[in-house]
Amino acid sequence: MTQPTTAPPAKSGFQMPSLSTLGPLIALLLACIFFATQSDRFLTGNTLSLVLKQISYVAVLAIGQTLIILTAGIDLSCGVIMALGSMVMTKLAVEQGVPAVLAILLGLALTTVIGGLNGVLITRLRLPPFIATLGMYGIVFATTQIYSNAQTINNLPPALNFLGNTFNVLGVPFTFGAVLMVLLFALAWFFLGSTATGRHVYALGNNPEAVRLSGIFTDRLLIGVYATAGLFYGIAALILVGRVGAGDPNAGQTENLESITAAVLGGTSLFGGRGNVLGTLLGAIIVGVFRVGLTLAGVNSVYQVLITGILIILAVATDQFSRRKS
Amino acid sequence: MQKAKVFAATATLALTAAAVVTSALAQGSQPIIGLITKTDTNPFFVKMKEGAQKEATRLGAKLMTGAGKSDGDNAGQVTAIENMVAAGAKTILITPSDSKAIVPAIAKARAAGVMVIALDSPTEPASAVDALFATNNYNAGLLIGQWAKKTMGSKKAVIATLDLFPGQPVGIARHNGFLEGFGVAGVTSKSMSQVNTSVACAQDSFGDQAKGQTAMENCLQKNPDINLVYTINEPAAAGAYQALKAAGKEKDVLIVSVDGGCAGVRNVEAGVIGATSQQYPLKMASMGVAAGVNYAKTGKKVSGYTDTGVNLITNKPAAGVKSQTGKYGLANCWGQ
Repeated sequence: MTQPTTAPPAKSGFQMPSLSTLGPLIALLLACIFFATQSDRFLTGNTLSLVLKQISYVAVLAIGQTLIILTAGIDLSCGVIMALGSMVMTKLAVEQGVPAVLAILLGLALTTVIGGLNGVLITRLRLPPFIATLGMYGIVFATTQIYSNAQTINNLPPALNFLGNTFNVLGVPFTFGAVLMVLLFALAWFFLGSTATGRHVYALGNNPEAVRLSGIFTDRLLIGVYATAGLFYGIAALILVGRVGAGDPNAGQTENLESITAAVLGGTSLFGGRGNVLGTLLGAIIVGVFRVGLTLAGVNSVYQVLITGILIILAVATDQFSRRKS
Repeated sequence: MQKAKVFAATATLALTAAAVVTSALAQGSQPIIGLITKTDTNPFFVKMKEGAQKEATRLGAKLMTGAGKSDGDNAGQVTAIENMVAAGAKTILITPSDSKAIVPAIAKARAAGVMVIALDSPTEPASAVDALFATNNYNAGLLIGQWAKKTMGSKKAVIATLDLFPGQPVGIARHNGFLEGFGVAGVTSKSMSQVNTSVACAQDSFGDQAKGQTAMENCLQKNPDINLVYTINEPAAAGAYQALKAAGKEKDVLIVSVDGGCAGVRNVEAGVIGATSQQYPLKMASMGVAAGVNYAKTGKKVSGYTDTGVNLITNKPAAGVKSQTGKYGLANCWGQ
């Protein structure tokens, strides 16, 4: 079982393969040039603000997803955990009369615990992440429906709507949710690149045995990663609530895959250990740019799904290609 | 030996579940009626199930329910049909998610002697089922179109439509009905695909609030002069309103919708939605159950299309367009 114990120092794996970072950037640039020729309304501050606003909650989910994928895991339950978090926050605040800030904190605590629970299932019961989070998807989705009786919650207090509010920069409105998203990406980027624990997350995806042998409690680290992801899902829930202005029990069913899409388009390897959270932001922006761009060009929205599919395959193929070369 | 324990626990659970299901199926000789909705979660279908359950209890029938996982989940509905036939259902009521793909599964059930009634949405071909109890979606669209035309008056309309998803007949019927009602030339109920003449921006909303909001934002970016918004249902309308409000245009833009859910009618009362066409899921379901019980007793099947009715709900009536008030809408709405 154990390898000869010349424990190699955990390799950070942080060096980016150039092709899989450049690929998405080139795709984004080409798309922008194309859309700019199709509509003179594309290259405006408003388009930028729209894209940021529309991607904000999925992109924050995708931060959690990226952390997990870096450990060679996957989370299929992130969208529904977000939906449950948003229902708990809105229902407590509107129907149970809990002060809004407390309701938000309870929602965040709940999503963090559920995220951590995924980690416990994976480390203690030795379930593959795919299975653990697939099971969790069903449990959390059904719980949300039962808890909410499939009813939307309206008339939210201002604190819950806050992240949907806007402020103007040079006449272009930006939401606080979009700003928070950018801040969270900066935070995650710093954590992954410049802290020891961040490096361990990469190492966990590259060679968990080596990490264990170098004296790190890998199970604890992994549970921590899933719990942190859960916290991000809770924050995404708050952004979603602010954006929609309601608690919607049916939210989150497609966002699981959208978050994976963002991470993969941004060059994070599904085999773990390689990738960058800023790439994930780029991936989310690409999807958002196509959505807005195709509308402005007057193209039917199914083409957006088609193009996203093609981009995913290109992104992973690029990753495989650069992996084989290196 | 953690694994063994987990396995044992799972096995016990599975056996208990199986025992419960079998004993439930073995109960008595009440006629069994199956109701298969598109999803378990949409309040429209939640209400439909309530209506069916009430009528089944009243008539002494046993109601089984099933649903797809999400809108468009045909495989889930096929499984539900198979299970209900296996469980001895004599009548199956279904709101088809995919009007064409569900047809072979329905044909098998009918070959086994089951009467199948489509609720809410038709199958393609319509003859694939014994009968259809549904809102006339084209008329629902027509009503809001006529109302919008009168209400806009001489103002030039710049229209955005937030539709369902591509190729869905209910979405097409409502959209085209709206356009004919608004007086766009060349649109009739025979048009099989979505007509986009006179529409400044057409986007799919999937009947979902968040996606409706995104669609409206993008339409406004495409054409800021939009002043009339047709929405497939009221969640999409709520999303559109959010986007318009963010752009400071909620006062200048007229939103019309279809469905008549309670949250939607409250939005009519609040002035968010100008007018909505209300449909009656409870009625569809209770009529279906009654027909099923009658079939079990007498062997007589129902056939053809039964219109379960639609009313225009608005607090700003327009001359020449028949409508009911928001108060009436609230008294007859579904959901919460």
